[in-house]
Formats: sequence, structure tokens, C-alpha cells
Amino acid sequence: MDLYLPIAGLSVNILVIIGLGGVVGVLAGMFGVGGGFLTTPLLIFYGIPPAVAVASSATQMTGSSVSAVIAHHRRQGVDFQMGLVLAAGGAVGSIAGGYVFRALQESGQIDTVVGILYVVLLGSIGLLMAKEAAQSIAVMWGKAAPPPRPRRHHPLIAALPLRWRFYQSGLYVSPIAPLALGFGTGILTVLLGVGGGFVLVPAMIYIMGMSTRVVVGTSSFQTLFVTAITTLVHATTTKAVDIVLAALLLTGSVVGAQLGTRFAMKARPEWLRMALAGIVLAVAIRMALGLGWRPGEIYTIQPL
Amino acid sequence: MTRIACLLLMALMLGAAAKPLLVPDVSQRRVDIIYSFTGAELLLFGAIIYPGGRVPEEPADIVVVIKGPAEPIVLREKQKVAGIWVNAESARFRSVPAFYAVASSRSLKGLVDDRTAAIYELGVENIQLSPASGETPEAQRRFETGLVDLKKRSGLYVESPGGVEISEGVLYRARIGIPARVPVGTYTAETFLIQDGRVVAAAVREIEIDKSGFERFVATVADRWAFSYGLVAVALSLVLGWLAGVAFRKI
Repeated sequence: MDLYLPIAGLSVNILVIIGLGGVVGVLAGMFGVGGGFLTTPLLIFYGIPPAVAVASSATQMTGSSVSAVIAHHRRQGVDFQMGLVLAAGGAVGSIAGGYVFRALQESGQIDTVVGILYVVLLGSIGLLMAKEAAQSIAVMWGKAAPPPRPRRHHPLIAALPLRWRFYQSGLYVSPIAPLALGFGTGILTVLLGVGGGFVLVPAMIYIMGMSTRVVVGTSSFQTLFVTAITTLVHATTTKAVDIVLAALLLTGSVVGAQLGTRFAMKARPEWLRMALAGIVLAVAIRMALGLGWRPGEIYTIQPL
Repeated sequence: MTRIACLLLMALMLGAAAKPLLVPDVSQRRVDIIYSFTGAELLLFGAIIYPGGRVPEEPADIVVVIKGPAEPIVLREKQKVAGIWVNAESARFRSVPAFYAVASSRSLKGLVDDRTAAIYELGVENIQLSPASGETPEAQRRFETGLVDLKKRSGLYVESPGGVEISEGVLYRARIGIPARVPVGTYTAETFLIQDGRVVAAAVREIEIDKSGFERFVATVADRWAFSYGLVAVALSLVLGWLAGVAFRKI
């Protein structure tokens, strides 16, 4: 079942793309991450031009985060106030990211920068998550005393002026912190084609000290906005949004996301976090090796 | 009257005696890219008309070349810097054909000398790439080899010696496959008749490759109404995501 993608300019197997969307969707539903950190590299590996892969996976993430927000909203798991502040930062970040993307593309260093960013971000977050999950599992087995809860946010955040009350998140902090966080993930969304959830979720828990009940839902809410804006940025600048590719990915991922959410409710959260840490670390290690290995292609063509 | 007829006949015979004629054609003047497009196969065929209708002892050879639209590019070369592979040097080329396929009745090496091959751009090594950056000749050659090698392995530059069949010495045909990932544009199909290492006749036909139907519509909208296209893409993903959310609540 082959289908020609009008913007990517090549034909793909429909079932492969839908299946890819489905796998990513299950992960997204289970762990509350957009799954972009898997979609983009896999699409590029399949032969889709990198720009199209990055842009279309942003479009796909918009769809899957709608499902996630709906699912979490039913369980009161979205702090809309916090989400809007994050999204405002993310909007500015994704537009700024567009300029960074173009500058890097012109100098030819986009691949290297993206590779290094992936390794550093995924590596450090993966380790952090693995350590935390291992501790929780040890506690669960009664082998260790529960660590003192680092409930209050990072001292740096407490020092910021102009505090707001975020009732649902159980926070009384300055909106500058979530704005800056949103800005950073906005840049990442454009550069890496990821939703930024894998950066946002740990940052919300460990740096901001948000109530874990609303973390995943709120992060999906922010992803929804930022990926929508990223789609528009890509549609107008790189013109690389392939609506057919995005629709195929979505078909798989919205179904996968619902299955993943169900599965997540049955599984132990400690093990879920451990599994996610494992996947993140595996991608990071693969990327790190990829930087050092002699690449399959020494030459790359860039149209002028 | 008879004198005029005689003159005409003589002129024809003289002209014909000078060199054989080529009557070429292409199976398709237009290739439409639709949703099910996975590539196309073009048939280049035609006849060689020898003077007096007699096929000589050593029949002429046929070379066909299909060339895609040329585009300017930057070619980047990766090098290992501090343990990781990064794009280091680069070279510009002004006219790199997006697609190039050559088929011949015998190996090109045995048909023409290097000079003729270079003039008519016969063979992937002889494509005019118009390098635009001032590198040393060695670097230039290195980049050109890298470019041609890359294109060859992605199936965009193809050489098929023996790909032209000549039956009875007069009718020739060649099949050339066009992969799905070629860009749209005007392609040229050139046919060369080669005798004793010289090109004695040549003909060019144009082939239009273009998206059509829904594919054309999407590509046009994405290009001309970029912002609205982005909005539609976002709306589509919102609706699909929302539908899935609602549908799964019911189950």
C-alpha cells in the first residue's frame, strides 16, 4: 500500500507510517511525552527529508496532545493557568527557534547541533529519571527509607519577584519561571522536532516543584499550543509541512495514545518511569555513537 | 520534369549516403504524479534509417540520455573533528541535474572517446555540474566524485550499458525507470546515433513530470497560501485528536 506524499516528494508505505504513529502514540499515552524524540529520527531513517520530518511531526504532536489533554482533563489533571503561561513562553520560543534553525541550516551545522543537543538533553534527563525511579522502586520494596520529599521548588525560582498563585499546581511562584521554561521548550520544539515534554515534565517536577498530579496534563496542554505554532512557523518559512504525512502519523498515534493512557493507569508509575528512562537513555546512546561513528554518507546535498 | 525528379533523387541519395537518419520517440510526453505514484518507466524507441535501406557491416550504436531539471546546490563534506563527524568543507555547484540516466547499446567506453563523451555529457562522470566555488582542482574532483557517487547510490544517476536493444539493426528501444523521489519539472530525453566514435545524429524530446490531482492541489496550496495551509494542518490535527478522544470515551 504505497502512497505518494505531495510535499516530501516520495512514496511511502501507508502501514509503516501508521504503525510508526501508533507506537509513538502508545509511548505518548503511557509516559505523557510527545514521542517526537522518536518520530523525527525514525522518519528521517525511513528516508523522509529532515525538514519535512521535523515539521510534520510537529503537526502530528498537536493532534496527539489534544487527545492527551482531553484524557487528563477528565481526571482534573490540567492546570490551564500554568499551561497558558508556559504556552506564552513557548510561542515566543518557537518563533525565536525558527531564526536559530535557519541560521544553523545556512552554516551547515544543524545536524551536528541537533545531534549534540539530543545526546546532552536525553542523556542527562534519562539518568535523572533512572536514578529517581530506582529510588522509588527501592522504597516500594522496603529496601530504603523514603527520601525527604523535595516538595518546595528550587531556591532560584523562589527568589524571582512577582509571585502568582497557581492553585491546581499547588504553587505560589513568579510566572517568569514557567515563561522561561516555556521559551526553552519552544526553541527545542522547532530545532529538534520534539514536543519538549521530556524536558518540561522533569523540570516541572524537580525545579518548579509542581504537584505531580497535574504535570503530565499541563505539559500536554503546553505542547498542544507550541506545536500548533511550530506548524505555522514551518508552513510559512520552510514550507515543509506535509499534511498527508501528518494525517497518516496522526491516525496511528491518536489510537495509540488512547491505548497507552489505559495501559498507564494499570501499570505501576515507578516501573513506567524506569521504562521511559531506559528508552530515553537508549536513544541518547544511539545518538552519541552516531556522532562518533563514520557516517554512511560523507557528503550531503543542500539545494540553494 | 524528369530532370527535376532525377535531381531530387540524387540529392536524397547524396544526403542519405552522407549519414544515417534517426527517427526517435518517447512513450510518454507527460508523467503525472498522483497518489499511487511509485515511479514511472519510460520507453525510448525509434528507427535508424540507413542510406539505401541497407544495414552496414558495422551498424551504428544508440545512446539515450534522460536528464532532470538542473538546480544549484551546496555539497557539504563531513570530517572528523574532535571525535565527532561534522560538516567541514563545502562546495557549490550551479547546475546539478536532479536526475540523469544513460542507456547505450554497448559500453560507453567502447563507443566514444573521452572528448566526445565530455561534449555530449555521456556518462555520469561527464555531467556538467558547473562548479562555482574556487577550490583547487584536486578538491574540485573530490567533491564531484562524492556528489556523483551519492546520486548514484540513491538511484538518481543511473548508467545502463547494454540498456538499448537494437533489433534487425534498425529498430531500437530502451526502458528507463524514473524513481518516485525525483523532483517535478521539464526533463529532456536525448537520443544519439553514434558511428565510428562520432555522433552522427541527435534528437531531443521534452518530457513534463508534474504532480496532478490532489497532489498538485496540496503542493500549490502549501506554496501559495502557506499560512492558511498551516492553519488547515493544525485544524486537521486538532479535529483528529479530538475525535479520537471522544470516540475512545464511548468504548
